[in-house]
Amino acid sequence: MTIVKASMAGTVWKILVAEGEQVSAGQDVVILESMKMEIPIAAEEAGTVKRIIAAEGDFINVDDDLVEIE
Amino acid sequence: MFKKVLIANRGEIARRIIRTCKRLDIETVAIYSEADANSLHVKEATESFCIGKPPVAQSYLNVEAILDVAKQTGADAVHPGYGLLSENTAFAKRVEEAGLTFIGPNSDVIQAMGSKLEARKTMQQAGVPIVQGVNEPIADTDEAAKIAEEIGYPVMLKASAGGGGIGMQLVNNEEELRKAFEGNQKRAQSFFGDGTMFIEKFIAEPHHVEVQVLADIHGNVVPVFERECSIQRRNQKVVEEAPSPFISEETRNKMLDAAVEAAKHIGYTNAGTIEFLVDRDQNFYFLEMNTRLQVEHPVTEEITGLDLVEQQLKVANGEKLAFSREDIQKKGHAIEVRIYAEHPVTFFPSPGKITKLVLPEGEGIRHEVAVETGSDVTPFYDPMIGKLVVFGATREEACARLANALQNYIVEGIQTNIPMLLDTVTHEQFLSGITTTKFVEEYYLPKATVIGK
Repeated sequence: MTIVKASMAGTVWKILVAEGEQVSAGQDVVILESMKMEIPIAAEEAGTVKRIIAAEGDFINVDDDLVEIE
Repeated sequence: MFKKVLIANRGEIARRIIRTCKRLDIETVAIYSEADANSLHVKEATESFCIGKPPVAQSYLNVEAILDVAKQTGADAVHPGYGLLSENTAFAKRVEEAGLTFIGPNSDVIQAMGSKLEARKTMQQAGVPIVQGVNEPIADTDEAAKIAEEIGYPVMLKASAGGGGIGMQLVNNEEELRKAFEGNQKRAQSFFGDGTMFIEKFIAEPHHVEVQVLADIHGNVVPVFERECSIQRRNQKVVEEAPSPFISEETRNKMLDAAVEAAKHIGYTNAGTIEFLVDRDQNFYFLEMNTRLQVEHPVTEEITGLDLVEQQLKVANGEKLAFSREDIQKKGHAIEVRIYAEHPVTFFPSPGKITKLVLPEGEGIRHEVAVETGSDVTPFYDPMIGKLVVFGATREEACARLANALQNYIVEGIQTNIPMLLDTVTHEQFLSGITTTKFVEEYYLPKATVIGK
């Protein structure tokens, strides 16, 4: 199990995956918005999305959990 | 003159406006979000009011809250700065309806220039050259592909409501266009609430040159020379200078004439900027009009001796411009660099606390900064934390002073683009004065990867 974490503080702009979905390593799963810029966050490993932890519109800090992948 | 001006903005531009107001004995009202409670503009204004939570939608874009503060404090005018509500027609209208003066053009003029597509048509009517392209919105990818084929690749895909490079993309062929169209349309819809797209022919080796105008309500329009803003990253300006080292005196005069025609045609008042693309043969084409004070206005001030904020206040107060085109002479050369809180190679933002800030001092150096040692750079707003402006008798002197100043500009605790700026302003291509909007991709990035962290 791996947790995809936020690389920087910002707002969750888009969640690109759904629970149960298969993702590949390097695939963008969340887009953050920070300082008016879109920051794509990718899964480091392939797997199944077990849980979406953050919600669109949430403010998150650096290293906050976004998505759990199994 | 106004007694009290509310500044509907934050950061360095709010401080800049406060400075001129103080000199003219005008009281100022600052507004701020919870994230900006310790900001310098809050301390420097005569009065300051917190109007909401950090996200701009809940504070700096909250029209009701801003108008409430204006009413409560008895402000008689509102200065919108740049960005945020500065080109928002509804806001300008609400300010006008509240019986206050909006320091900018009338709301109908803002609206007319707010749509890039409408502005294209209007400028064509005014006799200002525009880039070959379409004057009607494009419905979908198939229609876009058909139009792009007619115009001929490469083309620029653009969002009519776009700004800051959002919704805009260069596409070289049909495959790229098909990939890019919907994404940009959606992004424009999500950022601006308007997904209207259009296509223009791509101008090779483009220079971005813009003309500053001042216009009073008595029909006088005075052009205040041009600024060259070709050095950009992510379609946003990074280095700006005046005068342009690229255009000839003949082109300059033609561009200034066109800017005056454009402003007169739409009944423009206050300070405004007409942006042009200039090709390698010095043909120029209307790009868009910014109906507000520009970030890079200081370089114009440095070569003309004018205070553009003072001129804005006077014009908004109904005064006649005290000078004509012939009265305004340019002297020397000025360059501005924008200091961004971002990685110098990837350009990803770098929010955090500034643990140390030391600004270089010296002849010809001017600072417009929003932060000090101990300031938090939050993820809620634009990454620009300040601007460094240098003046020299010649471009060579300005470049030398700028490089020296950048070497002594210390920001610790966050990453900044200072290494990128230093590479840029010492690059032989930049020193030659021939800079195009492709500079960062063609000259900076290939070398810069070596210093990338």
